[in-house]
Amino acid sequence: MKDELITLKSISKSFGDKLILDDLNLTIHENEFVTLLGPSGCGKSTTLRIIGGFESPDKGSVIFEGRDITNLPPNKRQLNMVFQNYALFTHMSVAENIAFGLRIGKKPKDYIEDKIRYALKLVNLEGYERRSPSTLSGGQQQRIAIARAIVNEPKVLLLDEPLGALDLKLRQDMQYELIRLKNELGITFIYVTHDQQEALTMSDKIVVMNQGYIQQEGTPEQIYNEPENAFVADFIGDSNLFPAVMIHDRLVAIDGNHFDCVDEGFGVNTPVDIVIRPEDVEIVPPARGTVTGVVTDVIFKGVHYEMCIDVQGREWVCQSTVAHAVNEEVGIRVDPFNIQVMKKPESEDEEAAGINE
Amino acid sequence: MSKTSKHTAMLGLPYYAWAIVFIIVPLFMVVYYGLTDKTGAFTLDNVMAIAHPAHAKALWTSLVLSLESTAVCLLLAYPLCLVLARSGKSSNSFLVLFLIVPMWMNFLLRTYAWQSILEKTGIINTALAALHLPPQHLINTKGGIILGMVYDFLPFMILPIYNALAKIDRNVIHAAHDLGADDLQTFLRVILPLSMPGVISGITMVFIPGMTTFVISALLGGGKILLIGNVIEQEFTLAYDWNMGSGLSLVLLVFIVINIVIQMLTDKDGEGVL
Repeated sequence: MKDELITLKSISKSFGDKLILDDLNLTIHENEFVTLLGPSGCGKSTTLRIIGGFESPDKGSVIFEGRDITNLPPNKRQLNMVFQNYALFTHMSVAENIAFGLRIGKKPKDYIEDKIRYALKLVNLEGYERRSPSTLSGGQQQRIAIARAIVNEPKVLLLDEPLGALDLKLRQDMQYELIRLKNELGITFIYVTHDQQEALTMSDKIVVMNQGYIQQEGTPEQIYNEPENAFVADFIGDSNLFPAVMIHDRLVAIDGNHFDCVDEGFGVNTPVDIVIRPEDVEIVPPARGTVTGVVTDVIFKGVHYEMCIDVQGREWVCQSTVAHAVNEEVGIRVDPFNIQVMKKPESEDEEAAGINE
Repeated sequence: MSKTSKHTAMLGLPYYAWAIVFIIVPLFMVVYYGLTDKTGAFTLDNVMAIAHPAHAKALWTSLVLSLESTAVCLLLAYPLCLVLARSGKSSNSFLVLFLIVPMWMNFLLRTYAWQSILEKTGIINTALAALHLPPQHLINTKGGIILGMVYDFLPFMILPIYNALAKIDRNVIHAAHDLGADDLQTFLRVILPLSMPGVISGITMVFIPGMTTFVISALLGGGKILLIGNVIEQEFTLAYDWNMGSGLSLVLLVFIVINIVIQMLTDKDGEGVL
């Protein structure tokens, strides 16, 4: 296990009457790419701003390398932030923007010039020193914002939806750039986004948040393959999220149809939620299916077809490289280990808090 | 040019007509009168008359007083705007409104009000007498004129500066802090430079009316302190020498043009203009 770098202890924060974060605990390790993922208003940006020092928590503390920095102003923290709208200094050139933190830190002139050159090379914008930020494209401005932050050699780089304003192609390129940067710099990235694809692509660890609570922490694979509750399952990727009944260990009933699964310990005849990813739904001839249904919709998605199949009034979404015609009767089967069983939340509070806390 | 844009351009016609009749033509008349004598012959005497000691002194007094008024307005307005723009509360727009309400009152009325406050038997001296304190000589002083100018022109300084400051993205200020700058460094290196268009605009909008005013100096200077505006006014209304009045106006125009050019050079995007 790597060393703990940042620990958030029992952080609570309200704006007016609205509770944004409620007793949040989170540990971030050295050299991790951590993504705070969730819908807007889930508290992910507030968490980042508390780490950066732009908001102070109502309760709880922020520990950085074993030291309590809860009341330390942003200019005294060894971390730098890349803002959503870049927040470049429009009255300065690109070089002056990058040099800002170094000049404040009274670094020698030669050192500053070397750093500017190094940073521009790192973000692939060599020769842009004298340009004005307003003449650059969104993607270029974002790179300058990153260069401006990393020349200060922060231990942690905070990124607040940095790719939100870029178009799809550029966003994908920048994702690879960020992964490369993180590996070259060897520092911790804390990244905030509402885009699950971005989170799955780049992160070492994903923290899924909703309504001020952490829903699940884990590697992208864990989050995708083993969502701990219905919120995470629904938020990450496409999924078939159904209510079901656990008949006994390793057997679950969906709308009365029995499916083998691999989960144990939920009890006998217990209501549960189950998740089946669309790519895990196998379409087979009707005679071989665990259940049968009728194709109602077929959409071509490029790599595969996405089909909606009506099974006794419930819609199953499935992805396959083979298209089936609308109104065709098909069989459906699912491998036991592709059925993810989750305990049903007993109350709305529990649902918000995440069932495994 | 497309048909639509032709039609759109036509919407400006009433203004063009207005501008020609009431701005362009009078300006040419001032130039014509200023560069001719009473017989209509070309001469530079009216313009050169600025060198006359009385005229030069009035121009110098105008320059000094309006610069001083501009400086006072700037020193009063900037900190206030900083507080208003940085606290970012919705009540601020009400406060700004409150500050510009005096602008809606008649300009002459406001100046007359100051006259009755400052004069020898005015409100301040009456109050001082009631307290058995010696009367103060307030009216007919340079200080009185500056006070009048500041009171009348302060809103023109506040609005562009407030606009420029309110437009600065909070994240830009956060970014400066994030990069290690303390409050003073953030102000000097980020906030002040970004608000300069508003400052220049405010300076122009106070300096030019200060430079050209004759009402404030007439009412609060009591005719003893002559500004270039008073001299020009007297040439027109007392001496009936339109040529001399126009010639001196052309000199004044030079100062205004210089100021506007400076503003245009520093504010290419037209950001600070109201």
